[in-house]
Amino acid sequence: MKKRKIFSAAGTGIFTILGIVYIMPILIVLMNSFKKKVFINKEPFRLPTEKTWNSIENYLTAIDKYELLGAVGWTVFITLGSVLVILICTSMCAWYITRVKTKFTKVLYLLCVFSMVVPFQMVMFTLSLVADRTGLNTPWGIIIIYLGFGAGLAVFMFCGFVKSIPLEIEEAALIDGCTPLQTFFRVVLPIMKPTYISVGILETMWIWNDFLLPYLVLDLNKYKTISIAIQYMKGSYGRVDMGAIMAALILAVIPVIIFYLSCQKHIIKGVAAGAVKG
Amino acid sequence: MEKAIKRYMPIFVLPTFCAFILGFIVPFIMGIWLSFCKFTTVTDAKFVGLSNYVEAFKDTVFRHSFWYTALFAVVSLVVINVIAFALAMALTQQMRGTNIFRTIFFMPNLIGGIVLGYIWQLIFNGILAKYHTALGLNEWYGFWGLIILVSWQQIGYMMIIYIAGLQSIPGDVMEAAQIDGANRIQRLFKVTIPMMMPSITICMFLSITNGFKLFDQNLSLTAGEPSKMSEMMALNIFNTFYGRTGWEGVGQAKAVIFFVIVVAIGMVQLRATRSKEVQQ
Repeated sequence: MKKRKIFSAAGTGIFTILGIVYIMPILIVLMNSFKKKVFINKEPFRLPTEKTWNSIENYLTAIDKYELLGAVGWTVFITLGSVLVILICTSMCAWYITRVKTKFTKVLYLLCVFSMVVPFQMVMFTLSLVADRTGLNTPWGIIIIYLGFGAGLAVFMFCGFVKSIPLEIEEAALIDGCTPLQTFFRVVLPIMKPTYISVGILETMWIWNDFLLPYLVLDLNKYKTISIAIQYMKGSYGRVDMGAIMAALILAVIPVIIFYLSCQKHIIKGVAAGAVKG
Repeated sequence: MEKAIKRYMPIFVLPTFCAFILGFIVPFIMGIWLSFCKFTTVTDAKFVGLSNYVEAFKDTVFRHSFWYTALFAVVSLVVINVIAFALAMALTQQMRGTNIFRTIFFMPNLIGGIVLGYIWQLIFNGILAKYHTALGLNEWYGFWGLIILVSWQQIGYMMIIYIAGLQSIPGDVMEAAQIDGANRIQRLFKVTIPMMMPSITICMFLSITNGFKLFDQNLSLTAGEPSKMSEMMALNIFNTFYGRTGWEGVGQAKAVIFFVIVVAIGMVQLRATRSKEVQQ
């Protein structure tokens, strides 16, 4: 028994050190975001001194000059909008597909499964053309693109869950005079709540961090997401402002960490559930 | 019941169906067709047969990117899965603070590829500067840099899947093995790993396809430096499309090749590990 305790204490010690090493990269960027830009590349691992301290200037540059808050706003808008639309539309679609057995629904299901394995590069060029032609190159339009491209995984996961709901519950609702719409929203939707959370989290993680799809689809003169804004800071300009980039990285990471810490349990459960289904 | 629901088809299916057509089916079919055409926009597309594919296979940079990507996918698969499995084993033991450690290891997974790339660029260049060199000077710095980066990102994710798998192993199986006199190592290889095959299948599938499809991290960490030597397939396809006018057809042909490779590898991998799964 005593031996056990020592082992457990040693384990905790080792993992504490590992954990600190693990979050080190983020701490280093945080530290550098308060330094003057010329010192960042020269001595990235040294704590800021009086000479190199730049207080929050880097953050102000990132926000003023590179309009980072706008980018954060659009990213929030696109992510929330897309996830909401995906959840509602695909869950309805999945319920219909599993409950009504026709050739059409069978083919649609198989196409959805197929779309999950297709890499984005396969459709990126043509998808950006379609988006341009149909005027979907706005943050509103991109929601439809995300619904189309993200439908595969979501429909697949919802279908897996709908199959496990006993038919009798829905039949009872229909016999009691519910229309299919009422049955879905009053009976099926509440039962599927855990799946909504899992799918919602997986899609949120994907869309929030996505770079290439919005980069190719959006009209970049008007709208940028965080990832695009950071890539622009580094890429297109002649002189790279390391200070502003460090600040931008931290500003990009903060919402993620808040989101993570506030619904950590659901996220970890959602990932495990999503993987088992996949 | 089916009949009653069927009347509501337009409300239930149509929104997703239309978006799916627009966002996936049309681009996919157009993509296949355009891979046999020469074009800069779709309206001037001219059928040229297989010449795009010939051009793609002749492209030495593309061939290099294939080997580089394949090697990367295999190395990252091994590194990620071994470490993630070990962490999952350790963090399911009785120990103080396992929940906090799980939280920490999972966190990098939520950060986007572009952001990750620039975080690690700072660190790698900081270290390499001490030896008077830089990330963009050697393709293997970029390679190992990317391995460290994706390991940091994905280990936590795979660990969560492995932990879920470990927790679903019934306790009596383990107890029976113990009573029969199996030692720790025997229990690991004869009980735990066979029982974990479904999780192992899914993790290997995810990490190898992620490895092949890697784009954001590659773009932000090295952008293909030095002179396209650390360019992976996805980035190579992107650069063919948007870096050279007149090469759009070749880019699309490369994309089709890429698609076939990813699907084939995914299938082979699933088949190989699925056959080792046991019935509980």
